[in-house]
Amino acid sequence: MTTAVETIQDTPFVIGGRTFQSRLLVGTGKYPDMDTMVRAIEASGAEVVTVAVRRVNLDRTKESSVLHFLDPKHFFLLANTAGCYTAADAIRYARLAREAGFNDFVKLEVIGDEETLLPDVQGLLEAAKVLVQEGFKVLAYTNEDLVTALRLEDAGCAAVMPLASPIGSGLGLLNPLSIRTIKRRLHVPVIVDAGVGTASDACVTMEQGVDGILMNTAIAAAQDPVAMAHAMRLATIAGRAAYLAGRMPRREVAMPSSPTKGMLD
Amino acid sequence: MDVVINGENRKITAGVTLLELLKELELDPRAVVVEHNRRIVRRAGLGDVAVADGDAIELVHFVGGG
Repeated sequence: MTTAVETIQDTPFVIGGRTFQSRLLVGTGKYPDMDTMVRAIEASGAEVVTVAVRRVNLDRTKESSVLHFLDPKHFFLLANTAGCYTAADAIRYARLAREAGFNDFVKLEVIGDEETLLPDVQGLLEAAKVLVQEGFKVLAYTNEDLVTALRLEDAGCAAVMPLASPIGSGLGLLNPLSIRTIKRRLHVPVIVDAGVGTASDACVTMEQGVDGILMNTAIAAAQDPVAMAHAMRLATIAGRAAYLAGRMPRREVAMPSSPTKGMLD
Repeated sequence: MDVVINGENRKITAGVTLLELLKELELDPRAVVVEHNRRIVRRAGLGDVAVADGDAIELVHFVGGG
């Protein structure tokens, strides 16, 4: 697809030494069915797809692995530690995920609160340090706190992933200033993860200058996930292009767009 | 022989290796990751590890997630 973003010089999107084409990363959870998931992910143009580590169903009712539907040669599988509430659990899940043999990237989540699913930043830092030591490329899901983001970068994380708003909430970008501040201060990629609800949210998020955006529910829970995935693809590209273009300054008073000279008497 | 697989009590053939256990459960060893008494066992080593009575085994794979 030819887009404006291709006419603007953009820097490559590199995480942990690996270059990706799409700045939109998508999850694979909560789809009504696997066929819709596959078509939505294709429509999103995403290269990185997140997956969770769970027990195999032993009663053989064909509750198949997501890999049965997504070709790991075509997509970059980013395993998460979703559902983990302690550093020790997150480390255990990350090690199991790496053993699947695809890559050493992990989307690290250590959740601290069941209602809000906000991260436990202390557990997150602890787990990040251990996993970085073990050679993982850690993409850390965190809140929009600058100091935590800085600590995660210091700990050696390959990317820091502040939330737009709580996981699955669809509330959009609640704190653009904090996200811009994190992006300005960090050297590693900043990928906003969680909270977008619709295309305008993705666009506004990318306009803050962040490197990428990760979403799941906004696509999977849309009435038409495939159409929403397409919208998210365009919105991510549009937001990035607008950021690179540089927006006009805000003014609190009007300024005419048409000449004031040459008016009739 | 009694073991706990994915949190469930199960009776399995005595003296099997992890690789044989996967076969018994009709699971493809390339599609699962095995944790044996909290230690990950690499795919290549599954045939070398014998399962003992009372062992705890976790068999995991990738599912949809965000």
